[in-house]
Amino acid sequence: MRWFSIVLLLILAIVPPVAFITGHAFWMDLFTRLVVLAIAAVALNLILGYGGLVSFGHAAYLGLGAYAVGIPVYHATYGGFDSIASYNGFVHLGIAIAVSAVYALVTGAISLRTRGVNFIMITMAFGQMIFYAIVSLETYGGDDGLTIDVRSEFPGINLDNPLALYGLCYGSLVLVLYLVYRISNSRFGLTLQGARSNEERMRAIGVDCYRYRLTAYVISGVICGYAGFLLGNFTTFISPEMMDWTRSGEIMFMVILGGATYLCGPVIGALVFILLEHLLSEITVYWHLPFGLLLIASVLFLRGGLAGALSNPPWFRKDRSSALASDTSTAASGTATKAPTRADDDV
Amino acid sequence: MSEVILSVNDLCKRFGGVTATDHVNLAVLKGETHALIGPNGAGKTTLISQLSGLLKPDQGSIVFQGKDITDLPAHQYCEAGLARSFQITSVFPDFSLLDNIALAVQANQGHAFRFWANARRDPTLRRSAHEWLGMVNLDDRADWLASEVSHGERRQLEIAMALATEPSLLLLDEPMAGMGQEESGAMISILKSLRGEKTVLLVEHDMDAVFALADRISVLVYGKVIATGSPQDIRSNSEVQRAYLGEVA
Repeated sequence: MRWFSIVLLLILAIVPPVAFITGHAFWMDLFTRLVVLAIAAVALNLILGYGGLVSFGHAAYLGLGAYAVGIPVYHATYGGFDSIASYNGFVHLGIAIAVSAVYALVTGAISLRTRGVNFIMITMAFGQMIFYAIVSLETYGGDDGLTIDVRSEFPGINLDNPLALYGLCYGSLVLVLYLVYRISNSRFGLTLQGARSNEERMRAIGVDCYRYRLTAYVISGVICGYAGFLLGNFTTFISPEMMDWTRSGEIMFMVILGGATYLCGPVIGALVFILLEHLLSEITVYWHLPFGLLLIASVLFLRGGLAGALSNPPWFRKDRSSALASDTSTAASGTATKAPTRADDDV
Repeated sequence: MSEVILSVNDLCKRFGGVTATDHVNLAVLKGETHALIGPNGAGKTTLISQLSGLLKPDQGSIVFQGKDITDLPAHQYCEAGLARSFQITSVFPDFSLLDNIALAVQANQGHAFRFWANARRDPTLRRSAHEWLGMVNLDDRADWLASEVSHGERRQLEIAMALATEPSLLLLDEPMAGMGQEESGAMISILKSLRGEKTVLLVEHDMDAVFALADRISVLVYGKVIATGSPQDIRSNSEVQRAYLGEVA
């Protein structure tokens, strides 16, 4: 799995720029969107995979991040709201992160009081709340959306250059993966995973899970808000549609399809999701139907998602239950082979 | 030996019309292994759950090491020095045995808002986790997932997790439940090794284990403590024989 992840990241590093240079700008576009959504999916995986918290409202952060670019640019162009009007990328980034953090802290503090289906529903409700709030903002286009006339300006990097934009997105993905890798193996990460595994036991060893979940929820929201900032700069057009609950569902699906709890699972999920969506829509206008069937099949037959299937292929499966059976029979003679575990340094 | 570490005063808990804990008074002395026995439905687990903070009593108080802890939230009971094992084994099934213990060790070391350093390479966590595993004879299985080991080994793991929080009082809710002869033998020898080192409040059905381990025994029937005393006293107590031992035999 580790080698597969490295190969995957190398492909993402090489293929799109090569496609762009050889004149296939469309593929570059597709991959930029893919990488941005992959960042959002990796962020969601922090709480969904490691924390066991199924948030159905993560598209809201994409929207918040994108509007953190769009609104300051709108005011810088058309006047008004001088305090936030700016083309400066650092201002956009600062707003995106601050707004995402506050939104995550407030909604998380409430949502995390609930569990299971209730948590799913309440995160979705908060997402829809933001959706309708943006729809009602006529100044910024309401339902029709808002065109971002000027991309975020950073010294030394011109985001109008697709190659530079892709470089920023790709670099961000690698950075975010490394961040989540460190977090997931830290004391904090193990506590989060312990809370997923057995909350009662956590309490019995003296840990209040709520604080850790809320922190993870905020970290996840901020990263997702950052992905929204990138998305705004990529599409240069934002509308409430990008924070609809169906969008949240898509991000969640990327995580589950790719394999929750695997670091690179969401990246694989995003890749397969976006490519499949594209290829099927080329074949037929009714692409949703075969797409949906494939997704259902993948959930039914791929436990642990694609990453799970890759690291433990069905045609090469050393079955856990049979390993267990052979274990109990050989344990007495002391020749039990070690069952496969994913203990150290999950990648 | 005579210092009282835990005193339960006039504790009551009702579920609808059922009084599961009925004005219970109980004192556990420092260093002793105190067994709590009673027929099915006597309210043993309900009592233990209140002593570990997972259930709140309707009335009465729990004083631990001179401090009233009745109203503390459950996770602070552990900080106060009380650790428990569950009647139905409660571990982290998708964690390795070593990670199970390491999590308890790190919980004991304070907050876990450390986001960067790899906890699986932290020698302070790993070393003491290995020690605790060794104490319950599981160190050779350190890398196995908790879901992959036998029931008896999972129970041993749970005891080690409770020990890793370095409690002043260990609450064990039927550690021998569902075990075969050989497994409970292993468990008894582990618990014997704790005698004198740890104060233990033991809830158990297995009478051989209770009489082998306990310094004192309290008998709970229909939510009431009907007797407390040494194993000999309890064996010869006519009320206990009628209510409990008589029924079994």
